Amino acid sequence: MSESISSRPAADPSRRTSLGTLLRLLARPDVGPVLAMLLVAFFFWAIDSGGVFASPTNVRLMLANAARIAVPALGMTVIIIAGGIDLSSGTALALCSSVLAKMLELEFGWPVAVTACLLTGVGCGLLNGGIISLTGIVPFVVTLGTMSIFLGLANLVTNETSLEPPRSSIPWWLNDLAAARGSSLGFEGKPWFPLGLAVEGLAALLLGIVLYATVFGRRIFAIGSNERTARLCGIPVGLTKTAVYTIGGLFVALGALYQFSFIKQASARDGIGLELQFIAAVVIGGGSLNGGRGSIIGTLAGAMLAAIIESGVVQLGLKSPAKSIVLGAVIIAAVGVDRFRNDPPDWLRRLIRR
Amino acid sequence: MRTDPPSRSSADSSQPPAVRGDDPRGKPILAAQGLGKQFGGTWVLEEVGFDLHPGESLAIVGENGAGKSTLMKILSGAHRADAGRMTLDGRPFDPADPADALARGVAMIYQELSLAPDLSVEDNVMLGQERHRFGWLRRGEQRRKVREVLAVLGYGDLDPRRRVAELSVSVRQMIEIARALAAEARVVIFDEPTSSLTLPDVRRLFAVIDTLRARGVAILYISHFLEEVRRVCESYLVLRDGRQVDSGELSSTDDRRLVASMVGRDVDEFFPRIPHEVGEDRLTLRDLSSIDGPYDVNLTVRRGEILGIAGLVGAGRTELLRALMGLEPASSGSLLLDGKPLGASIAGRIARGLGMVSEDRKSEGLALGLPILENATLGRLRRFSRGGLLLGSERRRTTERLVESFRVRCRGIDQPVGELSGGNQQKVALARLAAQDAEILLLDEPTRGIDVGTKAEIYRRLGAWASEGRSIVMVSSYLPELLGTCDRIAVMSRGRIVAVRPVAEWTEHAILAAAIGGDGSSSDAASDMPPADPRPHSSDGPPR
Repeated sequence: MSESISSRPAADPSRRTSLGTLLRLLARPDVGPVLAMLLVAFFFWAIDSGGVFASPTNVRLMLANAARIAVPALGMTVIIIAGGIDLSSGTALALCSSVLAKMLELEFGWPVAVTACLLTGVGCGLLNGGIISLTGIVPFVVTLGTMSIFLGLANLVTNETSLEPPRSSIPWWLNDLAAARGSSLGFEGKPWFPLGLAVEGLAALLLGIVLYATVFGRRIFAIGSNERTARLCGIPVGLTKTAVYTIGGLFVALGALYQFSFIKQASARDGIGLELQFIAAVVIGGGSLNGGRGSIIGTLAGAMLAAIIESGVVQLGLKSPAKSIVLGAVIIAAVGVDRFRNDPPDWLRRLIRR
Repeated sequence: MRTDPPSRSSADSSQPPAVRGDDPRGKPILAAQGLGKQFGGTWVLEEVGFDLHPGESLAIVGENGAGKSTLMKILSGAHRADAGRMTLDGRPFDPADPADALARGVAMIYQELSLAPDLSVEDNVMLGQERHRFGWLRRGEQRRKVREVLAVLGYGDLDPRRRVAELSVSVRQMIEIARALAAEARVVIFDEPTSSLTLPDVRRLFAVIDTLRARGVAILYISHFLEEVRRVCESYLVLRDGRQVDSGELSSTDDRRLVASMVGRDVDEFFPRIPHEVGEDRLTLRDLSSIDGPYDVNLTVRRGEILGIAGLVGAGRTELLRALMGLEPASSGSLLLDGKPLGASIAGRIARGLGMVSEDRKSEGLALGLPILENATLGRLRRFSRGGLLLGSERRRTTERLVESFRVRCRGIDQPVGELSGGNQQKVALARLAAQDAEILLLDEPTRGIDVGTKAEIYRRLGAWASEGRSIVMVSSYLPELLGTCDRIAVMSRGRIVAVRPVAEWTEHAILAAAIGGDGSSSDAASDMPPADPRPHSSDGPPR
């Protein structure tokens, strides 16, 4: 075992040439997803004759669409780094946006409604994390269960219909959160940049600091990489996991704000299947379902990749089924390339050897 | 045995030529000449050659990273050689993969057991070689075959329908051997087969190896334990840095020469004694019990002391360490550090100076996917942070200093620990205790699976720690190491401590006798114990 490792050609770290810097940069885990995203974007740009794809409007639209997936996917990234998974995030998102819509409809005012929405998300995450930590049941099963529970709760809140609170109850910022562009320069005190992008960037930055610069963040990686080692090192595993799922829940609630802002209504059905889009963004972004690996930038790129494909396929005049098929193939290809880079499967190894 | 020494080695000129001419065993089963393997332009194995005759047992020894595993992988079909050739029964042998090698009669018993735990014994033995007609299993025929093979191995009473997960490690290993036998293997490769076995199981394994040899099966045996090699093998081949540096008959070499050719220099002081002063009591255990053992342990650990814990596997040694660390809750009794009770939380115990190295590097000791930096500092991240924010540069500086002082061979502190060799991984695990500034160090089999040179480094480190006034509790199954490094040795048996004495009052036999329970049969049992058995073994010894 040791032989095969020592034999790998090692980049000499002492030689700090510009080429070496480039190579080290390329070895970063999040470079793959970013390159994949750029590659796919380049492809659609190259075949687009009308110049529509790369137009500022379309780029902003893609960014806005990506943000709706990226924000909850950021929370999922943390969960996946910690070695977990959250299948309930889709229906939890629907529950959050249902609570938001219900409170707005009942004219509690947006501060109360938004707080209730965020608290619902936190509660969902706390429930997931608490059950997982206390019982030791695998996250897949626990969140499969809560997925159904949250769906039921969302249906209770919405009375199995679609809630559409009056426009007057929606504040300007919530109205604009999922919009592709900001208002024209400082008009009525609103910012000129797309608000949703700013919130997304801020959330990603904060999460990045937590993951890479704090004790808590290092513990998340340690737990995902080897839970028993983490315990041996005195890390409060249960508490940390609970916190991780709670953060996940908070990001789901944030995602619910985007979702609501986008469609201006809420129903329990909206959330079904969303969790798979979040997981897809994390996985395209270099996250490992075995835990211990995942990247903020990667996840952002993963969500953007999905948005680019969606837009590009429409530009090509293809229908929505094509989008699903292409996205599916890209997920497998992205993860496959990443895997082959580190550990090529036997048949490929043999092919190369011949 | 005839060897093909590489031209650069003159070490085995001691080989008597008479052996070649008069070899009564006739033609070799497996022969290799000039084997080489390169990865990414570097040759990790070069110019290795040997002949292996029916019933012969050849030891492959060398430090970690010397190329043993690569050689075994070539022989078992996991890798393809880039140079040289092999013949099996005089015909060219170039297996495409392990299944091909097995089909042709070369079987590998893996260090990491490779069974499907949820399948039955029978299914595991026949895995990949199922008896069937058009895809339909011929259960009756399979079961007959499995029973037959198990009986040969002396496990005739094992029910083939049992799930493998329910069986002990040693029985699982037997199932792997049974798989090889069922495939009519004529060459069986063992890679560190005793590393996870208890002493009685080791004896049983050796008996099985004797049985195999009596049936004409040739054995290739990798081990770090020279005592074991002498018990099992008659000839040897030493690898160092991928090259064959020595080979010959074990009966005509001594351990000193073997170790010298393995490490490339004389290991003068294998157990370096660094003077250290034993001071006042630090850790006190009073009637400490845990549900699954240990039971009623009374023990003190003093400042600057190395306390050894001996005993058979399953005697409760690991459980004792885990209870001290807080990984398993104590059910009764008390645990005091400097006269004050220790709280239940692991973090609290780490803060008061406790630290542990797990016996299982892979599944507990280290987070293999994470870099050295993370692993080394994980035990006390708070030391490298202010208000929850990490002080990156201080953490890196400390880790770099530790990597240097522990002489960890790596590309840099950002290299994942999983890419290091076993010995270097263990150094990282020990470095973590240094980063924690642990004062009570609980070490569970700290030198298991580690090469000779690294072992000596670790012993020196333990002595240095003790001389700094740190206390060390070391669990080990390797008696020479306990006798060579400890100040006192406690022996455990069936979850209890049966004796604690200064090291001068212990011998290997006495420890074994105490570990077995001192029921009179101890000296008899001890004489058969592998670590205590210096006698070279000849191939025509009677199989048991």
